[in-house]
Amino acid sequence: MAKIPVQFTLNGAEKAEFIDSGTTLLHALRDKIGDTSPKGGCHQGTCGACSVIIDGELRLSCLTLAETCNGAAITTTSGLSQGGVLHPLQRAFLDAFATQCGFCTPGMIMAAKVLLDHTPDPSRDEVVEALSGNICRCTGYEPIIQAVLTAARSNSQNAA
Amino acid sequence: MALALQTFSTVKDANAALKAAGTRYLGGGTLVVRGANEGDVSVSSLIRSTEPALSAITVSGDNVRIGASLTMAAIAGHPNLVALARAARAVGGPAIRNMATVGGNLFAPAPYGDFTVALLALDAIVSTEGGEKPIETFLAKRQSNHAIVTEVGFTLPAEGLRFLKVSRVKPKGVSVLSIAAVLEQAPDGTVSSAHIALGCMADRPMRAKAAEEALLGRKLTSDGIAPALAVASDGTSPVTDPIASAWYRNEVLPVHLGRLLLA
Repeated sequence: MAKIPVQFTLNGAEKAEFIDSGTTLLHALRDKIGDTSPKGGCHQGTCGACSVIIDGELRLSCLTLAETCNGAAITTTSGLSQGGVLHPLQRAFLDAFATQCGFCTPGMIMAAKVLLDHTPDPSRDEVVEALSGNICRCTGYEPIIQAVLTAARSNSQNAA
Repeated sequence: MALALQTFSTVKDANAALKAAGTRYLGGGTLVVRGANEGDVSVSSLIRSTEPALSAITVSGDNVRIGASLTMAAIAGHPNLVALARAARAVGGPAIRNMATVGGNLFAPAPYGDFTVALLALDAIVSTEGGEKPIETFLAKRQSNHAIVTEVGFTLPAEGLRFLKVSRVKPKGVSVLSIAAVLEQAPDGTVSSAHIALGCMADRPMRAKAAEEALLGRKLTSDGIAPALAVASDGTSPVTDPIASAWYRNEVLPVHLGRLLLA
């Protein structure tokens, strides 16, 4: 089958790739472009480990076909740190021991980033709701919730 | 086997392409791409349409028409569709709600399809290029439907839409069951009209006809709803899955229906 071209912005950089029609965005990102931060967990839309941000919305890259993302702006966790300095969410996850095996972490951080982009000072319930599509089998969730709340506070302090 | 995606600017052209063997319509991907990821090789080609009408919401007075490509997130956030927000938010987590569409939800097998339960209680009309069908008729034969659903239409209920989803994982989880009810009450408080729809109590959303009849002329009190609760499970054939057994679903249905009616 003939390859088809896809072109999108990944973490601010233009990317173009030839893929097979029907390739998922997760497969294109990890195996074609080399961004392995989105993880392939369940491939069913249940675990949230593959979450990425497409044009400002949280999506599951395992259920999104890459060719439907032509012209889109895609953000993954690997694009968050700037000049070697971790994003406040990444820093908070490390400080709060919110990552153990780390497999769910990129998806959790994407879900949390979308929340903080729209709701800079979320309540605990809003954080729980925002992370409700992401499964973690290590932490028991509490450190993750605390990390997101801490990142929100540090963002508001930086903005003040 | 690789999937091939074909995109058409009109529903008409997409419908023509859907006539080929091995094709399915791609909405948000939460059902068909999931199927492909799980190894469903019966689908070799996906069809989608970018016709703008599929993404339109029209609210004129109490009459609502929702394009089939609208996502759960778009409905949950729409200022004129507050009555449906609870049902739309019951679907998946935030990422799923940004993808899952109204049209796709009509085809979601149990234990999914919570939004369709609300549409069934609203007695929605399902539109395709071939015409319109009441949702109950549409759901009964949905597996043989080969035309793209373009929109659903319904009237916003004067006394609101009651909706409840029961899941074991909080705040979000797959349904043990879901219930939607549209009730009208006479001035003396007795029920004059009842539409009750159940999710996960069969392989697709179903109406609780016996309970609806038993509610007519009764007040929404513990004693008043008792006859309806006694027949709530009439005609059900729930699925048994890792979330709950069919027995458990039937046992807890009257409890949750009672809570919804007395709320």
